Amino acid sequence: MIEIKDITKTYGSGDSAYTALRGVSFSVDEGEFVAIMGPSGSGKSTLMHILGCLDTPSSGTYHLDGKDVSKMTDDELAEVRKDKIGFVFQSFNLLRRTTVLRNVVLPLIYANVPSPEREERAKQALLSSGLTEEYFNHLSNEISGGQIQRVAIARALVNNPSLILADEPTGNLDSRTSLVVLGTLQKLNREHNRTIVLITHEPDVAEHAGRIIRVSDGRVISIEKNAHPRDATEETRLCDSGQLDLTALSV
Amino acid sequence: MKTQDLLQETYLALSANKARSGLTVLGIVIGIASVIALMAIGQGTQNAVSSSINSLGANLLVVTPGAAKQIGFGASSGRGSAQSLTVSDENALMQVQNVAAVSGEYSGRYQVAVAAANTNTTVDGVDGAYAQIRNIDMNEGSFITSSQAASLGKVAVIGSTVATDLFGANATSTNLVGKAIRINNMQFTITGVMATKGGSGFGSQDDTIFIPLTTALQYFAGNGNQYLSTIDIEATTQQSMTQVQNDITNLLLQRHHISDPTQADFSILNQQELVSAVSSVTGTFTTLLAAIAGISLVVGGIGIMNMMLTTVTERMREIGLRKAIGATRKDINTQFLAEAIALTFVGGGIGVALGWGIAYLVTATGIMTAQVTWSSVLLAFGVSAGIGIVFGWYPARRASNLNPIDALRYE
Repeated sequence: MIEIKDITKTYGSGDSAYTALRGVSFSVDEGEFVAIMGPSGSGKSTLMHILGCLDTPSSGTYHLDGKDVSKMTDDELAEVRKDKIGFVFQSFNLLRRTTVLRNVVLPLIYANVPSPEREERAKQALLSSGLTEEYFNHLSNEISGGQIQRVAIARALVNNPSLILADEPTGNLDSRTSLVVLGTLQKLNREHNRTIVLITHEPDVAEHAGRIIRVSDGRVISIEKNAHPRDATEETRLCDSGQLDLTALSV
Repeated sequence: MKTQDLLQETYLALSANKARSGLTVLGIVIGIASVIALMAIGQGTQNAVSSSINSLGANLLVVTPGAAKQIGFGASSGRGSAQSLTVSDENALMQVQNVAAVSGEYSGRYQVAVAAANTNTTVDGVDGAYAQIRNIDMNEGSFITSSQAASLGKVAVIGSTVATDLFGANATSTNLVGKAIRINNMQFTITGVMATKGGSGFGSQDDTIFIPLTTALQYFAGNGNQYLSTIDIEATTQQSMTQVQNDITNLLLQRHHISDPTQADFSILNQQELVSAVSSVTGTFTTLLAAIAGISLVVGGIGIMNMMLTTVTERMREIGLRKAIGATRKDINTQFLAEAIALTFVGGGIGVALGWGIAYLVTATGIMTAQVTWSSVLLAFGVSAGIGIVFGWYPARRASNLNPIDALRYE
């Protein structure tokens, strides 16, 4: 479903040229939960931008759902983002002074979905990301960080995208809230068969995924299957009953 | 993105920062309101001047004698000094096509007295048709009649200022018809008092006494003099004025045995020419006012551009987010343009209302007559919409051209 081959990305030209990716290849199948892990400066953000169709590679190919998106124009990329990709960012995920519901409806507005259907789908998405109805008409600045990320997840999946791309979604959250957000992603992956790519620099976060791709210095250094991914929902339960010490977790 | 969604997004974005949106709109409000109010004042002045000229008589032509020349020296005594117009000229002019009414005038200034007071004023000998030509309304009694003229009646119709001067401030409310008045030591009887016309153009008619032309020629000109001060002519329609003027010129040249029109011993004042001359002056004045107001409109437009540019910078991450979730360049461009146009439209609407209000107040307080024209409203509204597009275009383009990654990373 995602297939990238020999992707490179160079910014600038001449002496000031900077190469962020030096030949990255891997693939992600439908229904997978993959973590891309690497320290800052490893090129994982650049990789995320290319995977998210926010940017195009300097060379190499990127097939999304069998379609080559590596040489598309800005407006064509916008179409792909609208139909196939849902984003969850680290921060500033929601429009300020706008209701939760309106935030989730927004991608459907750009996709020209008729108005009554929009609300219905948005509510459905919010419920499946674990947000209860009482918050639907709250303004985005009136809810907590964990709730913001859940709204962001709801917005990411409202369009029925092929891929949900989460860029450090727990970066600004405390440990317990991080677990809740990870639990939400895991649930979507397991119960709704959503394909999720999670970008993080925390091993503890990455271990919740079914496969971990490590990048460093613009190259993939390892791709390994995680046979026993950690269960965030279970961890949350243990933590709440005092059986798990969160300080030991660096999520 | 559908129009309804666009309107909703625009409303949400603008209401998110009400104070700033309000202040930006204010710039446009002031611009539009001043354009409308000043153009209304200009237009009102133009109409007031035209109508006050027309109140002197509609479709009026005035024939005045030319300059008297002393034989030998060629020194001119100035226009109007010659004795070239006669009663027979006046009678001949009645035959010209499209002439509605003709009245000769013989006027001079004399001492006028009643028992208690006296004054010095213009005494004007005219025919009965004069009332029609000069749009004279009577307050009391009637204007000079042809039978009074035929009988050389010593009757006088006085203006309201004369009435006040002679009979005191409350004169118009008392019955003056039938009272005696002495003009140049001759006894006259008041047969009418004219309604107040207001000071206008060629010396106030309110400060004039009218007597029959025949009487004036008999008693004031002396020795059976038949020379007239002026001849007033009313043409039937405004369109026929040029034809009437040409015909009169030719007729008088022929009657005075003058072959060279430049040597004419009379001149003709065409009121329509005066109206259009004055109109062009006040029109220039209106344009000037509108231009000054237009400057404030441009300043208001720049205010909008400034705000939109600030907004684009401030909402950089929002733009990135919108692009990430599928907004195309066109979507972003349309949204920011819509915000700018919405600001100018709201400003334009309030500005039109405010300008109208100012025009109404100016008229109500009696400082000036202001008249709002539809064309100025349309112009102001069109200009404000244009400003929205012109000054919103650049910020919108900047927003839509932002790279989503840069926009998302912007701190």
